[in-house]
Amino acid sequence: MKAFTQHTGLAAPIDRANVDTDALIPKQFLKSIERSGFGPFLFDEWRYLDQGEPGQDCTNRPLNPDFVLNQQRYAGTSVLVARDNFGCGSSREHAVWALDNYGIRVVIAPSFAEIFFNNCFKNGVLPITLEGDLVARLLTEIADNEGYQLQVDLSSQQVVLPNGESLPFDIEPTRKHNLLEGLDDIALTLRRQDEIRSYETAAAQRTPWLFNDLAH
Amino acid sequence: MAAHTLYDKIFDSHVVRREADGSVLLYIDRQLLHEVTSPQAFEGLRLSGRKPWRGVANLAVADHNVPTTNIEQGITDPIARLQVETLTRNCGEFEITEYGMGDIRQGVVHVMGPEQGFTQPGMTIICGDSHTATHGAFAAIAYGVGTSEVEHALATQTLTQTKSKNMQILVEGKLGRGVTAKDIILAVIGEIGTAGGTGYAIEFAGSAIRDLSMEGRMTVCNMAIEAGARVGLIAVDQTTIDYLDGRPSSPSGEQWQQAVIHWKSLVSDDNANFDHVVKVDAGSIEPQVTWGTSPEMVTQIAGSVPDPESEPDTQKARSMRGALDYMGLAANTVMTDIELDKVFIGSCTNGRIEDLRAAAEVAKGRQVSDRIKLALVVPGSGLVKQQAESEGLDQIFIDAGFEWREPGCSMCLAMNADRLSPQERCASTSNRNFEGRQGQGGRTHLVSPAMAAAAAISGHFVDVRSW
Ligand code: SF4
Repeated sequence: MKAFTQHTGLAAPIDRANVDTDALIPKQFLKSIERSGFGPFLFDEWRYLDQGEPGQDCTNRPLNPDFVLNQQRYAGTSVLVARDNFGCGSSREHAVWALDNYGIRVVIAPSFAEIFFNNCFKNGVLPITLEGDLVARLLTEIADNEGYQLQVDLSSQQVVLPNGESLPFDIEPTRKHNLLEGLDDIALTLRRQDEIRSYETAAAQRTPWLFNDLAH
Repeated sequence: MAAHTLYDKIFDSHVVRREADGSVLLYIDRQLLHEVTSPQAFEGLRLSGRKPWRGVANLAVADHNVPTTNIEQGITDPIARLQVETLTRNCGEFEITEYGMGDIRQGVVHVMGPEQGFTQPGMTIICGDSHTATHGAFAAIAYGVGTSEVEHALATQTLTQTKSKNMQILVEGKLGRGVTAKDIILAVIGEIGTAGGTGYAIEFAGSAIRDLSMEGRMTVCNMAIEAGARVGLIAVDQTTIDYLDGRPSSPSGEQWQQAVIHWKSLVSDDNANFDHVVKVDAGSIEPQVTWGTSPEMVTQIAGSVPDPESEPDTQKARSMRGALDYMGLAANTVMTDIELDKVFIGSCTNGRIEDLRAAAEVAKGRQVSDRIKLALVVPGSGLVKQQAESEGLDQIFIDAGFEWREPGCSMCLAMNADRLSPQERCASTSNRNFEGRQGQGGRTHLVSPAMAAAAAISGHFVDVRSW
């Protein structure tokens, strides 16, 4: 897994609630069997005026000038700030792959959908939950100040604003540790093989039918 | 002894190990796989030289990308074909059972699993798909995960998990005529909102839930995720046990007796504590129709499109305006005045036999309106299709002017050729009305199967109760 320690980058406002994973990466791109190449299609339906197809070269596609990430001042954005329930909908990890490929390292919102939230950690993208009024304030400040950068430090759990003010955030200790170290979750779990096997032995006693082979 | 909720009981019995911060390593009994969210997981296994921990705990099916017409010609879209073939190749290489295209058991993963008895009470079940909560209808902890966790579960048969809080949605009373499981869940989402269940496992309880068939219960649990909850579940009762009796993968003989005894304990204890309880009066639920781009944007068929100007919350008013703009609807439009272009009956929400029966009853002897360009009926699985055909439902649909298709996800998410064109308006029995979900620029209204069929016949929404 990719590590995350700290990051400083340009912030952009996605001033909407319920940004769903269909919006982050539309379904036609899910046909890919790869884990990369999704960046040009992030927010495809909002970002372009035509319909995107997988594998397409996006350099000459007509951009939607109204979409925030298409504005020159937000070129190179690596921190997104959005409203409630970000990442709701489908479980597609492609949504996080697209954010990551695009260069987004941090997403800040008052709340996240759970599957999306989980998927972020698997890919070294840091989702940060901040109070709704703080997020509202950030959205305004970003819109009002060109070049607004946020500095995020995972070990001290702080988001630092351009004026030096720090906003603390919460994160589960295990998630934090694994993300800071960039640990491979599967390798960590496999250190517990013996415990998994003894669980299975006990469970097969209690509920033997769960360990039957399936009818083929 | 302390009282436990159903969710607590299942969760606690699957803990392999507890960590200091409260997270646990949770044993996963079963995993369902499909072509879209598994290729990168199998690739991960290959790259790290790992094998599935317990191959027989997995079952795979292609559903999202499969065509629903001319299946003998295979998949014409080369990218989709590669993905479906990749699933077959991976299942071969890693020795996992797959129901391929043309197998009578093939279908939408959440229709197929219960049908086969793969889904059983008390299990933990995962799938790289957010509608995995469907299986919670069988008193299982079933939830959707991303591809990294698909790989993790393949390799270790476990996931790291924190326990959710407990929410109970108590639906008491009798549903009115023409009101269905779909209307219950849409009304609940309308009430608690799309993030109302975030952080919770929702147990649906009460007499109206107990009165539902397993099909109806699956419809309700299916959309728990649309209320923000990863897990939706319903206690075991005789309806559950009767459904499981004789399924191909159900236990048999002495094991069946033993399993039934265990399953009957899978209910919340009388005094179990729920962190949040929502009470709904079943008798007051009316047939529901969504008007916006999120399932919480829903109203009753006798209602009208709400007016953002009368919404005091400015943030909400703004998203309502955005939704109305996308949907091409004016505030205060009466729901029954909304005219449609297409109708879709199917999906893991409403593609089971009972759904098709309800739609067929409405369609019988009538004709799809001239203004409807396409009215699709897509059975949830090969077995649903076979059953429907044996009851003559296919002929009812065809005679009425519907298209009768092969099983798959189809226009629920429009990954195959079944989709809306920009600005086309659709009455759909699926679960998401997000922007672009059924095709770029397409406009989706979620309804029950009977309401969808009635809308197809009328060309606009109608109250099935006046049918
Ligand atoms: S029918 Fe729709 S919601 Fe269900 S699994 Fe298929 S795409 Fe997902």
